[in-house]
Amino acid sequence: MSSTNSTDGARSHARAQATTVQMRVPATPADATGLTWAEVVPAGSYATKVLGRGTRLRLADPDGGACAHLLLFRADASWERLNVADTMKVPWQAYLGTGHPLLSDQGRVLATVVDDTSGHHDALCGMTAAARAQMLLGVHKHGMDIRDVAPSVSLFKGVRVNADGALAFTGGAGGGAAVDLLLHLPLIVVVVNASHPLDPDPAVTDLDVVAWQAGAELAEPVSTDPEYLRALFNTESTWAAARDSEAVR
Amino acid sequence: MTTSIVVSDDVVAACAPWSTVVPAGSQLQIIDLHGNQAVDTLFYGFVGGRPDPALRYSAQATVAAQRNIFLTTGSVLRATDGTALMTIVADDVGNHDTIAGACSKESNTLRYGHHTVHQHACAENFLAEATKWGMGKRDIVSNVNFFMNVPVEPDGTLGIVDGLSAPGKSLTLRAEVDTLVLVSNCPQINNPCNGFDPTPVRMVMTGA
Repeated sequence: MSSTNSTDGARSHARAQATTVQMRVPATPADATGLTWAEVVPAGSYATKVLGRGTRLRLADPDGGACAHLLLFRADASWERLNVADTMKVPWQAYLGTGHPLLSDQGRVLATVVDDTSGHHDALCGMTAAARAQMLLGVHKHGMDIRDVAPSVSLFKGVRVNADGALAFTGGAGGGAAVDLLLHLPLIVVVVNASHPLDPDPAVTDLDVVAWQAGAELAEPVSTDPEYLRALFNTESTWAAARDSEAVR
Repeated sequence: MTTSIVVSDDVVAACAPWSTVVPAGSQLQIIDLHGNQAVDTLFYGFVGGRPDPALRYSAQATVAAQRNIFLTTGSVLRATDGTALMTIVADDVGNHDTIAGACSKESNTLRYGHHTVHQHACAENFLAEATKWGMGKRDIVSNVNFFMNVPVEPDGTLGIVDGLSAPGKSLTLRAEVDTLVLVSNCPQINNPCNGFDPTPVRMVMTGA
């Protein structure tokens, strides 16, 4: 007789599982207060969360093999989403790094890269079929569908463009790299940890995700580029305009 | 010897949208009548009488598959899942862009200032034309910018610079599957993509 041949036995078996396994939790910054998310995303999987304005989101590659494919949507208006072309064209820069805005299709900054110890990222190549399948599942969890799986950015695996337009895959930065994003609006974040389409050695290791509240950081622009400051203006004015008046709060 | 029959021959007015379905095997020639006119173009596989959201053009899939950001003769324009939608079979110009996206009223405020917010833009053309095919904002994704020149420098700096086209130059696309071709004849007047002067283009579709 197996231990699960009755509801009582099956329940005991199910409940015992959580007490017998170890689940790794990502390292959290010592100085971070208001921690809201800490999750390990294994190879080939995805994670998603609605995060508030003023969240600092850290994506980390502890073992050097992660590749984080990212989509962002406004949580209060999911038709407004990351626009990869504007994210490159508006700042006059194809390569993501510290100070780079992740722009929406409505001229607003959804998030800013506020720290980057990797320098190996890509906004040109998108996802493999396997990664896209995971991304589609992630967007479905927010009532969206295949129409919402727009062009994505990939963190921790780099691509560079030669003078003739040819792409060169530059791999990762090694274990321990991290990218911090500061969120300027409430966002739906969907992140897939899966190999880069140009990676000749597509073995993938864990992606760590940590988020905490850091709203005070919104007060100080990380870039003084005129395009960035106008994107901040569009974002802040939109946020302020939609707030309820003091009397009804 | 095969003969080709002209199925349609349209002039798209400066700043205007345009669309048509190009059946598999047919060809579409885009003629830059006056030179240096960006033709922002979306593609959708056309299945069962309507555009299929699973078969919309993907700049990322196209660039990753050919391992090059520039489009020219031999480039295969691919849907998100890699499906070949159209192939460039002739090209007088080279270096067509597909990474810099389409202009919008909103992004114009970032690039040129808020005084440009009421100028016409490609995103407006795309929305207006997509509506005719039962599509909306969520269906507008990455596009090709024919006759637009966007180099990427070694440090990653990229930008729209003076075009490589000239009056009468053209390129020709062959449909690999039935494909909805949806165009914004770019109205941008703040950068050199249209030589600061939007002009008409001609679209000639031929059947086998």
